Formats: sequence, C-alpha cells, structure tokens
Amino acid sequence: MQALYAQLLVGLINGSFYALLSLGLAVIFGMLNIINFAHGALYMMGAFVAYFLLNLAGINYWLALLIAPIVVGIFGMILERTMLQWLTGLDHLYGLLLTFGIALVVQGVFQNYFGSSGMPYAIPDELKGGMNLGFMFLPVYRGWVVIFSLVVCLATWFLIEKTRLGAYLRAATENPTLVRAFGINVPRMITLTYGLGVGLAALAGVLSAPINQVRPLMGADLIIVVFAVVVIGGMGSIMGSIITGFALGVIEGLTKYFYPEASNTVVFVLMVLVLLVKPTGLTGRAA
Amino acid sequence: MPDTAIAEPATKASTAAGTILEVRNLESWYGESHILHGINFDVNAGEVVTLLGRNGAGKTTTLKSIMGMIGKRTGSVRFNSQEIIRASSDRIARMGIAFCPEERGIFASLDVKENLLLPPIVRAGGLSLDQIFELFPNLKERLSSQGTKLSGGEQQMLAIARILRTGASFLMLDEPTEGLAPVIIQQIGRTIARLKKEGFTILLVEQNFRFAATVADRYYVVEHGKIIDGFSNAELSANMDKLHTYLGV
Repeated sequence: MQALYAQLLVGLINGSFYALLSLGLAVIFGMLNIINFAHGALYMMGAFVAYFLLNLAGINYWLALLIAPIVVGIFGMILERTMLQWLTGLDHLYGLLLTFGIALVVQGVFQNYFGSSGMPYAIPDELKGGMNLGFMFLPVYRGWVVIFSLVVCLATWFLIEKTRLGAYLRAATENPTLVRAFGINVPRMITLTYGLGVGLAALAGVLSAPINQVRPLMGADLIIVVFAVVVIGGMGSIMGSIITGFALGVIEGLTKYFYPEASNTVVFVLMVLVLLVKPTGLTGRAA
Repeated sequence: MPDTAIAEPATKASTAAGTILEVRNLESWYGESHILHGINFDVNAGEVVTLLGRNGAGKTTTLKSIMGMIGKRTGSVRFNSQEIIRASSDRIARMGIAFCPEERGIFASLDVKENLLLPPIVRAGGLSLDQIFELFPNLKERLSSQGTKLSGGEQQMLAIARILRTGASFLMLDEPTEGLAPVIIQQIGRTIARLKKEGFTILLVEQNFRFAATVADRYYVVEHGKIIDGFSNAELSANMDKLHTYLGV
C-alpha cells in the first residue's frame, strides 16, 4: 500500500509540472494563438538560471523562484517582440515551426556548453527531510512543490478569470482589434502575456531543479507529455489545463503502480481517446 | 457623380465654427481592395451627423478608418485639430473617440458587468453606472448574465452603454438600429437625443434614414467610397427624392 501512495505522490508532483507548463501553454495559445514548442526549452532555462544564480552569485532557491521567472520572462518577451509578433494572422504551423526551431537552438546552445548530463541543485535547507504521515513517508520538498504549484495555478486562474486585467485578456482573445479600439494597448498586452506564460514555465523549471537535476534536455523530455495534457484538457482552457495536468499526473502514477509497462504511454492513449470523442479537448474551444 | 457634389459638403461644414473632426481625402484598403476613394467631411462639436448609403458603400470602413482599425489608410483625419491618420486605434480611443461596432462586439467570455466595465476611462466626464442604468434599466437586472445571452436590443444597449462610461465625447455608432424591434429603435433614438442634449458629438452610420431623421442634424451620403452629397436636417424633405435614388428605396 505504501508503494501505491508513493506513486500517487510522484504522480501529483509530475502533475504539478504538467499543470504549470500546460497552464503557460494555454495562456499563450489563448492570447497569441501560438502553439509554443519552445516551452520546454524555457522551462529548462528557468532551472539553469536558478543554477547560475546559486553557483555564480550565491543567490538562494527562494530568490531564484522570483528572479528566474522574471529573467526568462524577459527573454520570452524579447522573443515575442522580435520574432513571434510577425506571425500574427498566419497559420498555426508557422508558429509551431518557429518555436520548435527556437527550442532546438536554445537546447543546442546549452548542450554545447554544459553537455547532456545533469547538474545537481540542492534542496534548500528549510525543505529538507520528510514527514511520516503514518500511511506513507512524505519528503517535505515534494509536498512543497505540489502545494506551491497548486497555489500558483489557482492564482493564475484567478488573475485571468476574475480580474479586470483578465477580462482584457479574455476579450482580446476574442476580438483584439475591438479591444484595441477601446484604448487598450493590445500588442503590449500580448508581449506581457507571453512573458507570463514563459515565466510560469521558468518557475516550473526552478521547482524541478532539486528533484530532476538541471539538464539541457530536461524540457524536451517533458514537453511532449505536456502537449498531450494540453490537447486532452483543451487548447486555451485555463482551468482545463490545471485540472488535466494534476489528474493526468495522478493517472500516470497509478498506472506505474498497477501496470508499470503502460505508464509512459497512458497519457497518449488517453489523448487518442479524448480526440476521438471530443476533438477540442475536455474543456477546450475550437482553434 | 460630379466633383462639385463631392467637394461641397466638406466646404460647407468647414466654414462652421467648432469643428471637432475633419476628414480629408481619406482612402483605405482591405488588403488589395481599395475601399475608400477620398472621403471628405466634417463634424462640428455637439452635432449628430449621419452617414447614409447602401450596403458596401464604405460607411463602416469610414468609421473604422477614423478609428485606426484599418491597416492601410491615407489622407488626413484631424480630431480636435490633431492629426490622427497615423495613430494606433488605442491612442485614438484615449484621445476621446469611442466606437460602437455594427456587430456590437459583445464578448462571449465576459458577463454583462465585465463587458460594461471593459473599456478603460480615458478622461473625466463619462456617465456613471447609475446614469447608465437610468438610461438602460434592463442592463442592471442582467449584470451577471453572459454578454452574448442578452437579446439583440439589450446587446445594443450594452454596446452603447459601455462607451458612455469612458468619458469620450465623440461617439461613432455603426448601425445601432440594425435588426432591432421598433420599440427598441425608439429607445435608442431617445438615448441618442439625450446624449446630444448632454453635449456628446455623434457620428452615426445608418441605412434607416427614417430613424436617422429623428436624431440627425446633418447627413452625408456615401457611395463607392466617396461622399457624393450632404445636407442638413432642414433640407431633408427637399432632398427626399434624391435620397431615395441614392439609397435605392
């Protein structure tokens, strides 16, 4: 039974990363209509920024949680301003190809300088150790990742669904020309939204660094599963991304316990089934 | 049409005091399609001016070009003596021009309250929510409904109401009566008359000149992307035959 709970916890942690990454993808797709294949590379950059901050400047994990998303977010905004904005109105394929190319370049550069092996990033002292819950042993850091991810996801949902800024974002998703004619600087809002989505990926990267080590291809491994999560949840749906992210992480964890051979493919099997029944995803809108 | 007919309305208006909007030789393109071929007209402060014309004449494109919503446009548009032909639409809105589109532009992902509060306040002097609810009592009862779940008339009220909050003093209303029941059209007419009384300047696009006649001070007729005629409300009955020919009614 302990093994089941352990796999459930692993599933929840993976689900946290899926949720944070798919949430960023959903925000970007909703506003920019771009399928951001560079998301995995930007997640990796978040982990690397945390690594550099610690090893080159002695800046700890807690500050890295704040600084890395800002740094990578600014990098993302530069990408949007210099490259992605020119894709407005073009077919999705162009955005997908461009961001895929960006991902390859970014990963290639990091691989060139840091190789393929992982570099350790220590768990902060405050989050070391574990708690015996009676039915299982819970490493504190892993519990922290789940709770912090959930809080960030819900805060992002609140920002988009319940605030004036979120109303601007939702309205601009529907009719950017009219929203701009109301006096709102939509191009600037698009850039900031891309920065927000990318910042979420970088935040996931920092959270992941102590668990998965810092590797140039850490994002490439994850992004394919995250895209499956997004497709299942529905492109552009904020709450759909959060719920599906956590749920698929748990399903993956349970599969590891009950039928380990299928644990790497269960998400993709579910994706096929969902696409057959509901092509726009469980909560998505038509692209 | 003869050139004199095109030049006359602008000349007539340009002599009037308090011109708030001057449009000169405005040309616009949708991609390769040349839609406006040199529009000239003026709107004076406190007036209701109506652009009349058949479907596809260029009325909506004229409003969108003034608002900066058309990518390629040339000529001159001066608002309060400031040239805005190269300004982005968000900057034009912040200068005090508000646009209510023909398709109403109610956002499905926003409820009525969010739709109402969406356009930012660009200057002081806009209507308060209480004043808006006094004009359109239906909206108050439907605040938490999804914007697109309202009836056509309510959506039109919402589309007008949300730009009244902003403090813009120059309103451009694109076919506000299209597809609405007579009782709602009357309510829209009363609203426009009241806004005029309160000092708003309104540029109206209408195909329904019977409605326009109840609110407008002056008319311009648009055809093939040009202004081909213009007259005041007092001259309307004398120009009725001509108007019927222009509009094909």
